[in-house]
Amino acid sequence: MTLYMLNFSLMMVGMYALIVKRHIVKKILGIAIMEYAVNHFLILIGFKKAGVAPILTKDMDLATFIQTAVDPLPQALVLTSIVIGLGTLALMVAIAIRLYERYGTFDMHEINRLRG
Amino acid sequence: MDKHTGMTLIVKMITQVMIGFLLVFGAYIVLYGHITPGGGFPGGVMIALAYILLTLAYGRKVVESKISGVAASIVDDLGALLFWLVGIIGLYIGGRYFYNFLGKGEPFNIFSAGTIIISNIGITLKVGMSLYAIFLALAILQRVVTEEEPKEEGE
Amino acid sequence: MDKVLPFFVAIPIFSAIFMLLIGKWEKKIFPRIWSIITTATLVFLISLIWEKGTIIHVMGGWRPPYGIIMIKDHLSLLMLIIVNVVAFLSIIYSYSYITKYEDYLRFFSLFMLMLAGMNGVVLSGDIFNLFVFLEIASLASYALVGYGVGAEELEASFKYLILGAFASLLILFGIGIIYSVTGSVNMADIARFLINNSGNKAVLMATGLFLFGFGLKAGLVPFHAWLPDAHSSAPAPISAMLSGVLIKVLGIYALMRVFYHVIGVSELILNIFLVIGSLSMVVGALMGFGQDDIKRLFAFSSISQMGYVMVGIGLGTPLGIIGALFHLLNHAGFKSLMFLSSGAIEDETGTRSLSELGGLRQKMPVTSASSVVGALSISGVPPFNGFWSKLIILIAALKVGNIWVSVIIVLTAFFTLSYYLRFQKNAIFGDIGKKVEGAREVPIPMVVPLVLLAIICLLVGIFNHSIISNIIIPAQETLLDRSGYILSVLGNL
Repeated sequence: MTLYMLNFSLMMVGMYALIVKRHIVKKILGIAIMEYAVNHFLILIGFKKAGVAPILTKDMDLATFIQTAVDPLPQALVLTSIVIGLGTLALMVAIAIRLYERYGTFDMHEINRLRG
Repeated sequence: MDKHTGMTLIVKMITQVMIGFLLVFGAYIVLYGHITPGGGFPGGVMIALAYILLTLAYGRKVVESKISGVAASIVDDLGALLFWLVGIIGLYIGGRYFYNFLGKGEPFNIFSAGTIIISNIGITLKVGMSLYAIFLALAILQRVVTEEEPKEEGE
Repeated sequence: MDKVLPFFVAIPIFSAIFMLLIGKWEKKIFPRIWSIITTATLVFLISLIWEKGTIIHVMGGWRPPYGIIMIKDHLSLLMLIIVNVVAFLSIIYSYSYITKYEDYLRFFSLFMLMLAGMNGVVLSGDIFNLFVFLEIASLASYALVGYGVGAEELEASFKYLILGAFASLLILFGIGIIYSVTGSVNMADIARFLINNSGNKAVLMATGLFLFGFGLKAGLVPFHAWLPDAHSSAPAPISAMLSGVLIKVLGIYALMRVFYHVIGVSELILNIFLVIGSLSMVVGALMGFGQDDIKRLFAFSSISQMGYVMVGIGLGTPLGIIGALFHLLNHAGFKSLMFLSSGAIEDETGTRSLSELGGLRQKMPVTSASSVVGALSISGVPPFNGFWSKLIILIAALKVGNIWVSVIIVLTAFFTLSYYLRFQKNAIFGDIGKKVEGAREVPIPMVVPLVLLAIICLLVGIFNHSIISNIIIPAQETLLDRSGYILSVLGNL
């Protein structure tokens, strides 16, 4: 439970950076931190203390295998979500660089030609 | 090679030593991806990192003479097409998208798990080259920004 | 016949990659022709699965609770029709429109990726796959919104990107919670587990996260900040796709699928839908009232019309859902028509401001006629399609006895009518504005989709009965039949 709480507070740190900070790069970092927190949460779901790799060989007993093996599905999900996160991050950084070219600032409050 | 671009001699020498190891380790991660932890994405990232290290140490021109941005993006597309083709051939042969149409082989053998290894190679080409292309693209933008700044100050 | 389903995702993805490859040598003509061929093929593929009922494709041969499946039922069929037809018309429109920009290739490539993502969302039977396709479609749309790389486009794109990435993370978090409770990512399997083990508090948290995440993707009112910026800054065909299709597929369709089929609706969720829907209707209509920029006006009107759909879904009765789904179909038609004609107007006059336009009727007769048809449809004038769906939602609200919602529906309809009348008076009719003098009719590839969409609006309005009984009612029955969905995927396991 402590692990889940720590994980949740990590997510809150990311959300704080995303909402409160005005600097674009800090906002991007906030998104990245939130993403790590969510990925970590997914890993925690499948985690087992002293677990083994989820490969079933012929000399293994099925019941002990189910008890000791970690859940492989969240790991596959996390890998996919990391790839997606990479794409989002690259796009965010590219747009941030272009925004800096156009506005000459990274301050989100000064980038306000459009009204919400 | 041009001695005046890129970083110092120490970095260049260490890069020369490291680059082979990085590429071989990347290839190992890919080719054994179906029987040990690893696979197309981590292997591809390592291969991309090898090229990025080369770019950082020697500068863009040297690396682009070896593999240009255009060539990287062609290889990138070909990798994606290879992965797509695995799925479609599976649909044609087995009636299921991504059906594993090759023989499964002995477990823990390098030629096992059917189409997984082909898919891994496709993903490697895609991920490796597109990460390298993204790095090149962002590096171009970076340079434009830093060149424009002093001009504005001068005026 | 189930072999057709993967092609809805595979063909656009292949097309996107192949275009980039060939585009190294032929940059201008090939991408345009190739994307028209691709989207036409997709429209043709729909006719193959038209009357087949529920079809399931099992990816890689791994059977349902363990493997990934693609499922086409009547609800997916309705969405597939909307997505691919609007995409086809937008691509024809782009043939001439894209000449404004230097780079043709990446526009069409990203468009194809967005299309693949949306088709994937509609066909996915697996909640994590739904998330992945949602991200593919979103990523492509972030890039497309900023395609002009002007200051305003980039700003809109960045706002959309930050909020969209935030919403995606919340959805992923919700999926994680659902997986930890049920131990499955197959939607039917999750639903079966939740029917047997109800009352888990963690599911309530996942419900909130999904509501926030998908609601943000749909641009409903508490989460609508990005929508007017993004939809008005994008290139016109992309605005048509975003407003006509993307917010429906990523937002409304995903909400319907997840809440009606997977988690299951309760009184609380339906009431939240009603409140969000009513708020969206009122706020969208009031904000649209004062807009001078036509694309922003249409974007706010999208928020308000999505409110109608949410109210229809929130009523929870068969009639309400029929109204909502019919309004979904109609809105895809007339809102993409309005955005495409706004692009034509901007192309010829160089302005989007209502105060600078006027008298377009004399200079651009076809564009004006079709946008008048669109405006009449959206504001609910009798022979056109918008009237019937609004009427059905109103009757459904009255039948439930919800007076407040009925009053809001009628008031919003009046507001919508008034600001679309303002658009017609200031842009289409009246004296010729300064910037309109040099305007001519737009090229043929841009006129054809406008005329076709106007005809679709008119025909759907006239033949509303057969459309409702052939397409909408089966979709509504599918949506309300949760156990039927589970049975069709898992059989009698």
